[in-house]
Amino acid sequence: MARDRDDSERLLAAVAMAVAHDKPLAICGRGSKTFLGPPAIGDMLAIGDHSGVVDYRHDELVLTARAGTPLVELRRILAAHQQMMAFDPPTFAGDGSLGGAIATGLSGPGRPWYGALRDAVLGIELINGRAERLKFGGQVMKNVAGYDVSRLMAGAFGTLGVLLEISVKVMPRPQFESTRVFAIDRDTAHANVVAWARTPLPLSATCHADGVLHVRLSGTEKGVRAAATTIGGDELSHAGEFWDALRDQTHPFFGAGRCYRVALPPAAKYPPLDGAWLTEWGGAQRWFRSNAAREQIDVAVRKLGGHTTEFRRPTVPQPFDKGALKYYRRLKDAFDPKAIFNRGRLFQEIGQEATDEVTR
Amino acid sequence: MSSANPDMRSPSPNDVVSGHPGVVKLLQTALPARCVITDPLAKKPFETDGLTAVKQVPWVVVLPETVEQVRAVLRICRDNRVPLVARGAGTGLSGGARPAADGVLLGLSKLSRILEIDPDNRIARVEPGVRNLAISEAAAQYGLYYAPDPSSQIACSIGGNVAENSGGVHCLKYGLTVHNVLGLKLVTIEGDELTLGGETLDSPGYDLLALFNGSEGMLGIVTEITVRLLPIPSTKRLVLVAFDTLDGAADAVGKIIASGIVPAGLEMMDKRAIAAAEAFVGAGYPTDAAAILLCELDGTHDEVEEQCAQVLRLMRALSATEIRASRDDAERERMWLGRKAAFPAVGRLAPDYYCMDGTIPRARLGEVLRAIEKLSEQFGLAVANVFHAGDGNLHPLILYDANAPGELHKAEQMGGEILALCVAVGGTVTGEHGVGVEKLDAMCGQFAAPELEQFHKLKAAFDPAGLLNPGKAVPTLARCAEIGGMHVHGGKISFPDIERF
Repeated sequence: MARDRDDSERLLAAVAMAVAHDKPLAICGRGSKTFLGPPAIGDMLAIGDHSGVVDYRHDELVLTARAGTPLVELRRILAAHQQMMAFDPPTFAGDGSLGGAIATGLSGPGRPWYGALRDAVLGIELINGRAERLKFGGQVMKNVAGYDVSRLMAGAFGTLGVLLEISVKVMPRPQFESTRVFAIDRDTAHANVVAWARTPLPLSATCHADGVLHVRLSGTEKGVRAAATTIGGDELSHAGEFWDALRDQTHPFFGAGRCYRVALPPAAKYPPLDGAWLTEWGGAQRWFRSNAAREQIDVAVRKLGGHTTEFRRPTVPQPFDKGALKYYRRLKDAFDPKAIFNRGRLFQEIGQEATDEVTR
Repeated sequence: MSSANPDMRSPSPNDVVSGHPGVVKLLQTALPARCVITDPLAKKPFETDGLTAVKQVPWVVVLPETVEQVRAVLRICRDNRVPLVARGAGTGLSGGARPAADGVLLGLSKLSRILEIDPDNRIARVEPGVRNLAISEAAAQYGLYYAPDPSSQIACSIGGNVAENSGGVHCLKYGLTVHNVLGLKLVTIEGDELTLGGETLDSPGYDLLALFNGSEGMLGIVTEITVRLLPIPSTKRLVLVAFDTLDGAADAVGKIIASGIVPAGLEMMDKRAIAAAEAFVGAGYPTDAAAILLCELDGTHDEVEEQCAQVLRLMRALSATEIRASRDDAERERMWLGRKAAFPAVGRLAPDYYCMDGTIPRARLGEVLRAIEKLSEQFGLAVANVFHAGDGNLHPLILYDANAPGELHKAEQMGGEILALCVAVGGTVTGEHGVGVEKLDAMCGQFAAPELEQFHKLKAAFDPAGLLNPGKAVPTLARCAEIGGMHVHGGKISFPDIERF
């Protein structure tokens, strides 16, 4: 059980101090995703003690919690009302905070059908780099008052502010689920999944690896059973464990060694490269284990309209398109003019930019 | 409707615009003659969008036919510091496309090509002037459609939808525009061309794609849009439930959501709206009801049957006075007819109506509807309620007569009170219509000074000179100070040292 504690005054004071002394801060939730990308420079600002559910009304489908609240805690509270965070954020080491999930912006196996994490973000409270406490968005589903600063925080890796509170849309758990298993090669599986996704079947996740396709169906009992008959395959028992292992990358595919995340248009064919693939999201998210040169993978994937991230390896920042980088830097400056927050975590700040620009 | 609000007032004929010498010539050099409109009569249709109270004839109208021409217009405006206002189909309801008196109005209606429909990737790539409904029409041959359906979908453009982050009847299940746009190509006022997203489900870096949805033409000009398409559901059924109290209907909304069903649409109409719709189209609604709910379920046949049975069971356990489910598509369409014709139907009840657009937490529905009734009595203006109950997105229609002295002012005051009420119960001043010029004052009540400042800084990151859609979407701090309505968090922050401008 997580502590219900408002630590915001301390966080605000710490940021004010850092701003006053031009000292960068490395924001840390529960530390479960530090392996993503390069480390931040500066003194650690721990948000883990700023924790607890602030508001949860299950008939509103909205949950508001402090950034340090553990995801496992939120899952437990939601499950008691047969609800879920449909974006199903990974909890890699069995841990992870809501703030960390928002900052990294990762979504689980249901993403193409349930929406991404950023889709579910309704409102946030943050401390910006002027040590101001600001609220954007709210607790309602439809809200177009002002720029969508809340969703901008999703995947910003804490570089624009310290998240204090987040309101997310939650969803009812499906009444019934079924996972169908097929022994089938990669390309046939891909063709089937692409064809099924064009029809109104109650799909909610797909995964192909090592000659086996898993397809999850979610909905009402009759609807799911009818769909299972339509697509065929064998029923998998304890399917929840399979999808959780995929989400948290404890699935055997994710062993040691290099692993790339490859985002592609779902129907795009596989790039002609040597290596092993695990394909989920109906083809839109593919994991690739290969000894091919990074450059070679990048080029092949980009040719197909996708992009590649080297996943579990602290490295230099993702190379960004030069045009976008100009505006990233200006946005950073608009929120955090002294580059206090998570410096170097997403890109090199102004003054250090020579290394990370590429022209595409 | 004219207005007491300074931004909504029509300029007097004496407001002479000096213009920008030489700029028309530059535009005429860069664009074909038919694309540059300076004739006062020809410019007249562009003086207003769907918020017809706000009129301003633009200095010059340009209607580019190619992206290259859009680039040229942006370059000319930047070089000569001319304000630039983008316009889609002009159906917006908040005055977001009100022209600048000394500026260029950039109409994007001629960029209306559907560039690609890729059924395997379930996307459509379109130009900004393509009509919302045209995308679904083009995708239908593949069994696919584009989900967001604002009520103006027959006319409104997808570019305008992106600018406003438009909603519609089916947002509850399928989301707003931001949830259905995968990629944008745009040009900034500084001439940079950005490609945000594409056919993948995400991109590295800041989520500029989310930021541009709903940015009201303040950050850049969108030239191409990639939307996701969904399979057309094989079955749809509509359940109509009538109640003899507003609270009964409001409770039923919470009951349906809490039961684990996410309807495709969940709409509510009150007594006045029901009566107006019946008199107009005769959809067969019970006119003695205090409120009706329309609950649409979609999906596969088995799924819809099962959910429909669940909804009927739930509703029977409540104090509903009538429950009806459509048996076929023809009946379903008939049952929708009254809801779809509700706005024009209400329009027949009074010379004018003022359509509001606030969102509230669903649990506060009953309470807020009662408070609106009280306001209605207090101001002596009738209100009809037709709205997206499932999202808590209210559209109170305030009935008034613009020719009766003082009524318009009263209607605006009452509208302001309704929006303040939405904020007070934890909601927002605009759910799907945008701020434009209409809700600038209401924004002062929703946001504190540092938040508004943050918005201005964000805008400046893309448009430091402030040329794109000047004066829209975010009020200046000076304006908020003048109306005395600035939101203050926790009673702590006043803003004695802020710059007044």
